[in-house]
Amino acid sequence: MIFLNQCLQGIFLGAYYALIACSLSFLFGVMRIINLAHGSLAVLAAFLLFVLADRYGLSPWLGLVLVIPVMAALGFLLQILVLERSLKGGLLVPLLSTFGLAIVIDNLLFQGFGADTRSLAPYIGDLSFASWSLSDDITVGQLDVIILAAAVALLGGLQLFLARTRLGRTIRATAEAPEIVGLIGIDARAVYALSTALAMALATVAGAFLALRATFNPYSGGMQLLFAFEAVVIGGFGSLWGTLIGGILLGVAQNLGAFVNPHGFLIAGHGFFLAILIARLYLGPRLARLRLARLRPRRPRPHAARPA
Amino acid sequence: MPLLTVENLTATHGLLHAVRGVDLALAEGETLALVGANGAGKTTLLRTIAGAHRAALGRIRFDGADITLLPAHRRVPLGIALVPEGRRLFAGMTVAENLLVAEGRGRAGRWTMATVLDAFPQLRPKLKSRAGDLSGGQQQAAAIARALMSNPRLLLLDEVSLGLSPAAVEQLYVSLAALPAGGTTIVLVEQDLGRALGVADRVVCLLEGRITYEGRARETTRARVLEAYFGVSSALGAGADR
Amino acid sequence: MMAAPDMRVERWTRRAQGFVVSLLLLALVLAFGPLLFSAGITDRLSELFVYVMLAVTWNLLAGYGGLVSVGQQAFFGLGAYLAVRLSAAGVSVYPALLLAGLMTGALALAIGEVMLRLEGGEFAIGMWVVAELAHLLVNLDPLVQGETGTSLIALDAFSAAARRADTYWAAFAAMVLLLVLVFAVLRGRLGTALQAIRDDEIAAASLGVRVLATKRVVFMLAAGGAALAGALWLATAITFQPHAYFSVQWTAYMIFMTLVGGLGTFEGPVIGAVLFFTVEWLFGASGVWYLIGLGAAALGFALFAPRGLWGAFTERFPERLLPLGYHVVGARAAAAAGGGEER
Repeated sequence: MIFLNQCLQGIFLGAYYALIACSLSFLFGVMRIINLAHGSLAVLAAFLLFVLADRYGLSPWLGLVLVIPVMAALGFLLQILVLERSLKGGLLVPLLSTFGLAIVIDNLLFQGFGADTRSLAPYIGDLSFASWSLSDDITVGQLDVIILAAAVALLGGLQLFLARTRLGRTIRATAEAPEIVGLIGIDARAVYALSTALAMALATVAGAFLALRATFNPYSGGMQLLFAFEAVVIGGFGSLWGTLIGGILLGVAQNLGAFVNPHGFLIAGHGFFLAILIARLYLGPRLARLRLARLRPRRPRPHAARPA
Repeated sequence: MPLLTVENLTATHGLLHAVRGVDLALAEGETLALVGANGAGKTTLLRTIAGAHRAALGRIRFDGADITLLPAHRRVPLGIALVPEGRRLFAGMTVAENLLVAEGRGRAGRWTMATVLDAFPQLRPKLKSRAGDLSGGQQQAAAIARALMSNPRLLLLDEVSLGLSPAAVEQLYVSLAALPAGGTTIVLVEQDLGRALGVADRVVCLLEGRITYEGRARETTRARVLEAYFGVSSALGAGADR
Repeated sequence: MMAAPDMRVERWTRRAQGFVVSLLLLALVLAFGPLLFSAGITDRLSELFVYVMLAVTWNLLAGYGGLVSVGQQAFFGLGAYLAVRLSAAGVSVYPALLLAGLMTGALALAIGEVMLRLEGGEFAIGMWVVAELAHLLVNLDPLVQGETGTSLIALDAFSAAARRADTYWAAFAAMVLLLVLVFAVLRGRLGTALQAIRDDEIAAASLGVRVLATKRVVFMLAAGGAALAGALWLATAITFQPHAYFSVQWTAYMIFMTLVGGLGTFEGPVIGAVLFFTVEWLFGASGVWYLIGLGAAALGFALFAPRGLWGAFTERFPERLLPLGYHVVGARAAAAAGGGEER
């Protein structure tokens, strides 16, 4: 039963991973950039919420209403000042520039807040420990349920937004062929800036959840980036629901690792990620071929459009 | 006043001068065929007019306004649309999405989802298909339909019949023939000289980025064009006329 | 393009020859370092040599191999760890340092087998995960005692002066060896293959360049070099605390040195290392602001001068003092004019 409880807690943890991962993979999907400052930006959002709660007594929930637009604006600036220029510099430059940015953010946070570990849990009253007991061994934290529900809602919302709305279509078209969209009146640069803003808004919510259910410090960003990346890879690039599953699998693997050995939490997570990676790299093409052969009748694709 | 005026336009690809000092004027409602060998600068000229390629020198005026420095996405609302070479649909999106994504960014006008589908009825059963899964002819129809969604006053068509079956080309040109009646001005790049002369009011031939021939389509013979095409007044040109 | 009769293709121009001679003289002076310099300077120079090794290996990976890794601290840490491990197992200290570098290089072959199949950002973060995992696994070794760490106790057998001198010579020898090795690699067939891959991987593959095999060699060399640097760092610091060695900050230093000096040039990272060494000497005490400055400089150079200081220098003075390429003597003015027009 303890084992089952560990799995359950892993699922809740995974909801957080899915949220931080979906903003990372969304931005990658749109611009083909992996933003190495992603985790640091989420932690920055957590610190902003912490300041509002600690100095101004603002509940983190209300704080989100303030911090989301601020982070979105920051995302806009990030695109215009850093990413846009990086994109022109080739494949390496975005990695180098966003890594430099991460160092700047982490150390600025350290300068401002010191090495102390913080949490938003003290600012949400009973909710941080309130839980439902399902049996002697299995308890479900109310906050965890809220986070899982929010993650599912946000991922689903993002999916719907991209599939159904005019702006969503605009983003998808730009992601697919940025050099073509100008011809139908879309400003690719504006779409990029908007997408970065959106990704930062999502990362803000993720940062809030990190701060609510756990602790963070100025150097937590790197690890959040790794978790996000691992969730994306485990879930298989591309689909948002895959990312949710990837986040949950990562969370479960970590919790089971902790169940086996006190040092096992991170080792199991990284190890599971590498195992999936190896399986995908070596078996992946074969597996995919098998599946495709079964699902799709052989049909020549007449004049398939050359993707950009 | 002409709808489009191109003055001394030069466009380069690195060191290569693809378009050199081209002058061109286009009246509203006119259909112009742009012909020339591969590498003559036709595609670059169209792309420069659409704003997808930067002009190195010269001026482009549209409806009296200087648009030389406007990016492509700001020329669309003025009424310029380019159907690029190779169709370039959003292959991962459905046909309906390809059309919808272009909707409402250009001018208001008669072209809507419904009227575009009337003009290209072959798209109607394919609306929910991935654009990348269509046949070449259907893709080309979708690409033209996508461009029409912005209600262009000037439609630039680059190699619409390239790689298509004769039947598909025929079907496309039937749809295209109806456009000038609605007031749409067209510049088309077409390898099939006979077809170009058939639909155009005027023919312009490019050679190495320069205009080597310009004339009314009715008064233009194949021989005359071919001569301009290769830059030689040879017996070959005269022979090809037969 | 017509070849004028007075043009010839040269590698070793006269100025390059002079430069190499003065380099050799400098090396000669440095070789007698512990006999010439004070204890403090000897220690600092040993550190500089380690920085040079880190910068050169990271540049080999990113600047020539096109592989940005933010996980090179994995090898730096493993090198130090293996040195401790080998020494504890009875291998005498200085051979243990070299052996640790070689073993890590061999281990990198296995790691590269998986990681080199990733691209761009995936490779970058994937390597970071590898570094984290290596750190966690090293912590499990009872010898290391988790984050408490351990020391290279065997070094206590030496007097402080002897240790200082030996470590200096080991670091100097390792740096020179690595520089010569990397130089030879870049000048050889592999260097040409690397440039082809960097310019266009698919085209290179279609021309018969063995892309994965080439990357494998570069990855292994970069890993082994970083590991040797880690082992030598351990020799200067003596204590081994895993988090100090497996810190992503090492990669930040590597990126700073390479970017500022000149990514994808042979001389750049060496210059970057000297610059970093100086900056650290001057501002290292200011702690966090110093790190913020490093990050900001890396960001700035990535955005506005991705070829770094040496890249900017060679743009103005195209003659290479350490010739990796060839010069067409007599055609430089024409080439410069042509290059200018292209931009």
